[in-house]
Amino acid sequence: MRKRLSIYLMCGPETPALAEAAVAGGADLLELGFPFSDPLADGPVIRRAAERALAQGMRTAACLDCLAQVRSRVEVPLVPMTYASLLEAHGWDAFARDAEARGATSLIVADLPVDERPELRRVQLVAPTSTDERLRLAAGSTDGWLYLVTLTGTTGPRADLSPALAGLVERARAVTGLPLLAGFGISTPEQARAAAGLADGIVVGSRAVEIAEEGPDALSRYVASLRQAIDA
Amino acid sequence: MSSGLYGAYGGRYVPETLIPALDELEQGWQDALADEAYAAELAHLASTYAGRPTPLTAAERFAPGKRLYLKREDLLYTGAHKLNNALGQAVLARRLGKGRIVAETGAGQHGVATATVCARFGLECVVYMGSEDMRRQRPNVERMGLLGAEVRPVEFGTKTLKEATSEAIRDWITNVETTHYLIGSCVGPHPYPQIVRELQAVIGREAREQMLELEGRLPEAVVACVGGGSNAIGIFAGFVDDPDVQLIGVEAAGAASLGSGRPGVLHGARSPVLSDEDGQIADAHSISAGLDYPGVGPEHAALRDSGRARYLGATDEEALASFRRLARTEGLLPALEPAHALARVEGLDAELILVCLSGRGDKDLAEVMSLTTGSPP
Ligand SMILES: Cc1ncc(COP(=O)(O)O)c(C=O)c1O
Repeated sequence: MRKRLSIYLMCGPETPALAEAAVAGGADLLELGFPFSDPLADGPVIRRAAERALAQGMRTAACLDCLAQVRSRVEVPLVPMTYASLLEAHGWDAFARDAEARGATSLIVADLPVDERPELRRVQLVAPTSTDERLRLAAGSTDGWLYLVTLTGTTGPRADLSPALAGLVERARAVTGLPLLAGFGISTPEQARAAAGLADGIVVGSRAVEIAEEGPDALSRYVASLRQAIDA
Repeated sequence: MSSGLYGAYGGRYVPETLIPALDELEQGWQDALADEAYAAELAHLASTYAGRPTPLTAAERFAPGKRLYLKREDLLYTGAHKLNNALGQAVLARRLGKGRIVAETGAGQHGVATATVCARFGLECVVYMGSEDMRRQRPNVERMGLLGAEVRPVEFGTKTLKEATSEAIRDWITNVETTHYLIGSCVGPHPYPQIVRELQAVIGREAREQMLELEGRLPEAVVACVGGGSNAIGIFAGFVDDPDVQLIGVEAAGAASLGSGRPGVLHGARSPVLSDEDGQIADAHSISAGLDYPGVGPEHAALRDSGRARYLGATDEEALASFRRLARTEGLLPALEPAHALARVEGLDAELILVCLSGRGDKDLAEVMSLTTGSPP
């Protein structure tokens, strides 16, 4: 089966054009960051991107507009990724409903473990520290696929692919037949190939956000290099 | 395991990576509570190392027309109530086999307390501190260094306690297998608000007994400053079951999460926060680094909603005026944080009043001097 490639972009004025470029480069799924002032799960690259986006006025309403514009340009699944504070303020149900109305396929909430707000449909994250029992819980309630956090840490490029991924994939496979996408710390085509060799797909965030600053063409080329690596 | 909810507040809003560590912490905490040896070790440390019990002092000149008592946490070793919590959590961390401690600090009092217990127990210690706070609480930065802790400046965002806390949590996410996060107030994901409250409850237990001994009755009002809320929840704990005792928390006017915040999610819990209508966290502003935080512990939110406790505000100027007044009338230099609590004493509908003097003012001298240059004391 074709390995899936998910690309994370921060919502901003350039995002619709960037999203189109990412899909042209071979992205199968896009995660759209709704910036939060205090992103606990994020390293410096995405934290700074969030600060910039907020300074540009990318509040929830503007992010929902951005989502709708991206939806009008691409066909792939779109998944807003954010933090609980935004949902608490907007209303939990209203947030999910408004995102769906603008074309979101699902949601990812980085600081919302499976036990909190079980009624909110979302893609669940699991980590190397998750027990088998928690893997089962997360897999049982996740929306379509399971997000494997490859390492204990925050988002951001690393020199090497996390050695914890292989074991996590094995344990997750034992509890679910759903697609497993590996993210956090994947930035190079080599890492992408190695991670896709273990999981059903990969998520690339921080490096994509950095390259996106160079514009759509650069992003498209970068995504194509990841695509080629995981298809090889 | 318990839900960790206080009414609609509290919970565990953290990345999945931390959940097993929080489960482990909760189990370790329950085991410690059930183990007499844990209580005995803390009691021994309190009396032989920390300087407990701390006295109650009658402040006769500060508030004419009142009978005011001060619970002297400023006399605790390291100069603030923060040591009660740091000692308890350090012993807990050792029981859990963690050799590395991370902490956040605002005023530097929690950082100093943490650095102290880490030196005492031979634990590696990393303290995150906003660069703005490092500037205004210089002596505490130097103390932490001498105690062998590594102070890591946080240079982005507000450069104060909010960002320091986020960075400490990011460190914990990264090093969770070897590291205990020694949080400094009754905030954060469950079970931290419970743990910190229990470890600070010694303030209220002692104060209740001392009041009965000195006055033969309970105070009419108990007053404490509220940053995250740990000294307040600790002294309230001694009186919360006495319905005739008013419980009053005092926030900095520019950091009044309970007074003017809205429910939000910050640093792992649902609680009142200063935030905008989109849930973006707002900057707090206070002369006092220890109160300069846009969130507050979930138990205070529940006490507010139930009406059991009331929460007032005090401005920078009012706190400075109380700081000077306590020095001139009682010979006591309070920290700027409890100076906020002192500022509300005069207007209370109560005669016999107990205030938690949560810390001493040495750390604030430079800041106070720079703000009062030119104005008569
Ligand atoms: C002396 C003193 N009092 C109060 C506080 C505020 O913390 P809390 O509200 O948790 O007691 C601090 C925090 O640094 C402090 O140093």
